Amino acid sequence: MKVEEFQERRVEVGRWPVNLTSYRLGNVFHCKADNVSPGAALARATGATREEAEKKALGRAEQLLAHTRVQAV
Amino acid sequence: MTEYAHPEALVSTDWVAQHASDPNVRLVEVDVDTKAYDEGHVPGALGWAWNSQLCDTVRRDILSKAQLEELLASSGIANDTTVVIYGDNNNWFAAWALWQMKIYGHKDVRLMNGGRKKWLSEGRELSTETPQVKRTTYTAGSPDNSLRAFLPQVQAALATHNWALVDVRSPQEFTGEILAPPGLPETCQRGGHIPGARSIPWGKACNDDGTFKSAGELRSLYANEGIDGSKPVIAYCRIGERSSHTWFVLKYLLGLDKVVNYDGSWTEWGNLVGAAVERGAAATAKA
Repeated sequence: MKVEEFQERRVEVGRWPVNLTSYRLGNVFHCKADNVSPGAALARATGATREEAEKKALGRAEQLLAHTRVQAV
Repeated sequence: MTEYAHPEALVSTDWVAQHASDPNVRLVEVDVDTKAYDEGHVPGALGWAWNSQLCDTVRRDILSKAQLEELLASSGIANDTTVVIYGDNNNWFAAWALWQMKIYGHKDVRLMNGGRKKWLSEGRELSTETPQVKRTTYTAGSPDNSLRAFLPQVQAALATHNWALVDVRSPQEFTGEILAPPGLPETCQRGGHIPGARSIPWGKACNDDGTFKSAGELRSLYANEGIDGSKPVIAYCRIGERSSHTWFVLKYLLGLDKVVNYDGSWTEWGNLVGAAVERGAAATAKA
């Protein structure tokens, strides 16, 4: 199978940038949400559409990012 | 790639596509996201999980000689095999695997420039089949710890100022604003950086497509922060994997003679009782 409709886009979740990488393999869209810097994967999801896969991945990423504490420096 | 000091340490996605079935070439995917391999990988590639197969899972350490020999033998890798490693996130953990193989003296191990991202973005073939490989006998060399820094060496470097320290984490981790990358568990007691370290986030070495920047761009990037080969370099991050990527850049792409990866990194230093810590200093942490 070949990777099709590869796309990357960046969104903001609270104060944190999130990179959404999505593409289609066969009939399934795959999406990975990462935290941009350093790019660690926060969530991975699949869906029948790109929107569905992105929504699932973003939802999980939001939960994880909500736990990030910011210190005063 | 010819501008690099060791262009033979990199192969292109085209090269991989042409050599995927070469019996003396073994492809290995090593991802930050250990589920990525199962979703689909370069046909013929094996997958190694960084958190279970590329570290000692009992004590905190890299693989022992025996553990590495077992991993490579069971992966069908012989001492003369050309090993090409690639992974997600611009080859972050792929570089970690390469660093360990170099510690144990594997001669021909390379990165696929651009990693998984470039392969995907080029719309290339993926496979979900795990290749069946024939077990080999592998004899690793004694660990070359000149590629690795341990805590006493970093403490000595701090005292003598005869090494350059490069912190490759994000600017927010460097300043101490956050204790771990966003969304990940905090694994240190204090935030900040080793005093005197220069902030050069690892990802600055890469283009948007995941490939490495040109030799000239890389030279400028590091020289602007005083990393010009005049001093040996200790690279560190949080757990030593991002810094193995920078280690690869400095050693193989720029050809610096003495570069070591401090894999204890901030999860060691930031948990030490009484260690010197510098916070803030965002002037050296350019976004």
